[in-house]
Amino acid sequence: MERSEIEAKMKELLVEELGLDEDKIANDSRFEEDLEVDSLGVVELLMALEDNFGVQIPDEEAEQLTTVGEAVDLVQKKLDG
Amino acid sequence: MEEVAVVTGASRGIGRAIAVHLAREGVAVAVNYASSSGKADEVVAEIEGSGGTAIAVQADVSDEAAVAAMFDRVAEELGPVTILVNNAGITDDGLVLRMGTDQWDRVISTNLRSVYLCTKAALRGMVRAKHGRIINISSVSGVSGNPGQANYAASKAGIIGFTKSMAKEVGSRGITVNAVAPGFIETDMTEALGEDATGRAAGQISLGRLGTPEEVASVVGYLASDGASYITGQTIVVDGGLAL
Repeated sequence: MERSEIEAKMKELLVEELGLDEDKIANDSRFEEDLEVDSLGVVELLMALEDNFGVQIPDEEAEQLTTVGEAVDLVQKKLDG
Repeated sequence: MEEVAVVTGASRGIGRAIAVHLAREGVAVAVNYASSSGKADEVVAEIEGSGGTAIAVQADVSDEAAVAAMFDRVAEELGPVTILVNNAGITDDGLVLRMGTDQWDRVISTNLRSVYLCTKAALRGMVRAKHGRIINISSVSGVSGNPGQANYAASKAGIIGFTKSMAKEVGSRGITVNAVAPGFIETDMTEALGEDATGRAAGQISLGRLGTPEEVASVVGYLASDGASYITGQTIVVDGGLAL
């Protein structure tokens, strides 16, 4: 899958699942500080990523995620791996 | 929005009364049972006879795969679960000095592990819907302690801690989590104690009598209703004034 496709899907999930404002989402947006996503919200996003991309994201890797771009990288790595 | 409830251990006693009560309020109910399929079918027939919707679903609620399969089936046949009543419970009494570790493990597993498993299974849909009611059946034994019931009391006190933690974890998603702690209620569980023991118990109850399963079910029904939308993390004691 192309990176741009993953980015588009990520944005769609952040808007639909977490109710975020699409205009505020950038590659370097930090989930907690910039987007005000709480810890349960991050879990919701992970579940949505797993469902939509068919990947498994272990907790240890999920804990490292700070920005939207990092989440896109992780999904890409899982899909390629 | 159509409300769909899973009531664990609903083939008899308090669980049965809760299933019947919720169905009367217009909720579609999944009547969970472990082994009493005939009794569960009776509950479904009673609900359907009064114009309600119900299905019987078998699952050992301490078994993770069985719980997952049960929730899949309920979602398929009735729709997304909006109300979960964790009621299934057993006793296996004995003084700790004479208690077998298997007695301890079995009671903790059926009464407490099941609450974690079912809550986890129900929560995903509730978080997504930003709506849900979870009601855990504890016991006055878990609030006050009871000699001969260290395993049961520990499982029921554990439910109270779980309830408070879950209320804090998912409150921001419009989900309430509460516990109901019944005292002596007329069920097979208390009948097993014998007439002497229940007679002595009644003497300590302010209202001077055992409660009925329906008197517990109506409180569960209230906690599941819109009227209780601002109550969460609480343990409502329904014991006729026993633990005062």
